[in-house]
Amino acid sequence: MASTPPRRATGLRHALRRLAEATVTPLAPDDYLDLLAPMRPGGGRARIVSVRPEGPATTLLLRPAGRWPGHRAGQYVRLRVEVDGVRCWRCYSLTGPVAPDGTIAVTVGAVPGGAVSIQLAHRTRPGCLVGLAGPYGEFTLPDELPPKVLFVTGGSGITPVMGMLRTHLDDLPDVVLVHSARSPDQVIFGPELRAWAAAGRLRLLERHTDVEGRLRPEDLPALVPDLAERGTWASGPSGLLDDLTALFETRGWGDHLRTEWFRVATGPVGEGGRIRFTRSRSVVDVDGGTSVLDAGERAGVQLPFGCRMGICFGCVVPLTDGCVRDVRNGALTRASPDDPAVVQTCIQVPAGGCTIDA
Amino acid sequence: MTALQHKPASPIAHLDADQVEELGRELDALREKVIIDRGQRDADYIRRLITAQRHLELGSRAVLLVSLFPPAWIVGTVGLTVAKILENMEIGHNVMHGQWDWMRDPKIRSTAWEWDHASPARLWKHTHNDVHHRYTNVLGQDHDLGYGIMRVDEDQPWSRFHLGQPLWNVINMLLFEYGIAVYDLELGKVVMGRGDRERFRANGRMVLTKVGRQALRDYVIHPLLSGPSVLTTLTANVTANVLRNVWTHSVIMCGHFPSGVETFTKQSIVGETRGEWYLRQMLGSANVSGGRLLHLMTGNLSHQIEHHLFPDLPSNRYQEIAPEVRRIFTRYGLTYTTGSFPRQLASAWWKVLRLSLPPADSAQRRRRRRQAHRAA
Repeated sequence: MASTPPRRATGLRHALRRLAEATVTPLAPDDYLDLLAPMRPGGGRARIVSVRPEGPATTLLLRPAGRWPGHRAGQYVRLRVEVDGVRCWRCYSLTGPVAPDGTIAVTVGAVPGGAVSIQLAHRTRPGCLVGLAGPYGEFTLPDELPPKVLFVTGGSGITPVMGMLRTHLDDLPDVVLVHSARSPDQVIFGPELRAWAAAGRLRLLERHTDVEGRLRPEDLPALVPDLAERGTWASGPSGLLDDLTALFETRGWGDHLRTEWFRVATGPVGEGGRIRFTRSRSVVDVDGGTSVLDAGERAGVQLPFGCRMGICFGCVVPLTDGCVRDVRNGALTRASPDDPAVVQTCIQVPAGGCTIDA
Repeated sequence: MTALQHKPASPIAHLDADQVEELGRELDALREKVIIDRGQRDADYIRRLITAQRHLELGSRAVLLVSLFPPAWIVGTVGLTVAKILENMEIGHNVMHGQWDWMRDPKIRSTAWEWDHASPARLWKHTHNDVHHRYTNVLGQDHDLGYGIMRVDEDQPWSRFHLGQPLWNVINMLLFEYGIAVYDLELGKVVMGRGDRERFRANGRMVLTKVGRQALRDYVIHPLLSGPSVLTTLTANVTANVLRNVWTHSVIMCGHFPSGVETFTKQSIVGETRGEWYLRQMLGSANVSGGRLLHLMTGNLSHQIEHHLFPDLPSNRYQEIAPEVRRIFTRYGLTYTTGSFPRQLASAWWKVLRLSLPPADSAQRRRRRRQAHRAA
């Protein structure tokens, strides 16, 4: 077979694929492969190898199904777990290079009230399978490493930076890390960071916000006098990133700053709001009493519909961002581009804005 | 039965408007209780069932590869029949109702599921979820009342065509998946000149593609894969499909045709309230009593009443809420129509036989009309 010309091999593979499809229709061959070999290459899954506490957070080692394509330090993956029967996707930064045994690591910070992080940190056991997609993200160091680097991080925003440090610290001659956490024991990777600092491999400035208060942007030039000369990578809560962006822009260093921000789909919930229909590129503002279906039709969007009373599921479309409320019982459905849902537009009203893929 | 509105003694005459709305609120509260509790247990149920069904189907088809050996033919045919019934009833029908959309699983989802059946999911969802579940038992609107080929209610007009309906019903039973496919095409509408011909043609192509794929799989590919067992695998697959047809047809006859089920006039649902909608579902459906296996094999359509009240609640919950639903029936003085499978099936068939004949009073009515004419 090795001597078979590649085109014929492709043709044969295509024919076999068509035959497999015709044999298992209306299912797809993948449906049976998922059943028989969930960890097959390309199956989009990973097996949890270990779960260990990492200060206030939890580190998970994952073995991806098949060959991991590799990632750049600072990139993230999407993990899928099931919480109360509901599949949820969340983004987590990879906190180091691929290990010699082929595993990758993520560190899950505790999000107050975050069902997914609780599930991953406390209810996940070695051997469990999770969904895995990625790597993604542009928050990386350039190929030619800058001579002087500043990292500004807050809380679990340290995770992508940890990936960069574990991968590149040997090749970064001058690193300053300004990290904010509520208290010393709330610093994720605290011992490892402090050991590097003690060995003189980086300058670590810890800011403990419980006693010192939040880091203000105007504090930064005093803490890091050569701020202007440093390429800066910042990751953390949106408040911190907004402050830094404003500071760098007023000083004319906008291009020195790269930021990473993980948004959780818990945006403000309101009555009514703006509905964006992505495919038809329509935007409509409605009150809390107008269904997504009525709003879309009024704006001239072609939406599927059926009974218009919530029973037939003929109007189901993807909700890709924001929040909607079920008029029958007030139940909220939230989604984000990384964690989309489907909703019945005839009985859902926007709750503070939403994006519909229709 | 006669439309409830034409009956001399209405079974809902004792309920005033406020009571009907109170009934609606009680049922809404029951639904809400299940929604709040819905979670991992339910997700595990459907995932395990789908996994078991797929293993059963794979295993049965594997056994049929040597179907030349008679015990293999029997085991494989029984296994494949059960797998197909589970796929159509407890899995396909319920997934396509959106009962599992809340899990956010892109495969176990009303918009994504395609079932092992001649009728494409998209067409079936329209005639079933939208038309039948919205207009349950409304004469002239719910075409499931006889599928347009049978008279199953005294208030449906009789024609000579209905004399043959016991035979039509047997044929429909044997070929049920194709019967449903033709029904979902809404052929009648086009024949009457009311349908959109362009859409009918597009839908027709979709049905032919689906029927072709299904037939290619069951009647060509799997038999050929069986090598020397080609003919016996073909007969096994035909048998499994026919047995599935007979079973599903029988289960579905028990849902709305047995005696005790009420029908409604078109005028009666104009401006229908939430409470009235619930009331119509309660009186328009019939259950089948039995054990867990029966409930599973009927796709929990043995809980037709609970299903019609809450078509989007996970099917494993119908059994659990049935006692509470029954208590609500009792409290409001309504009849919860139920019976064993043989009894309900016999009752439905009796109706098909009985109503194939012209109404007993039609001769009388004709005579009276003649007399009135003469008198005038």
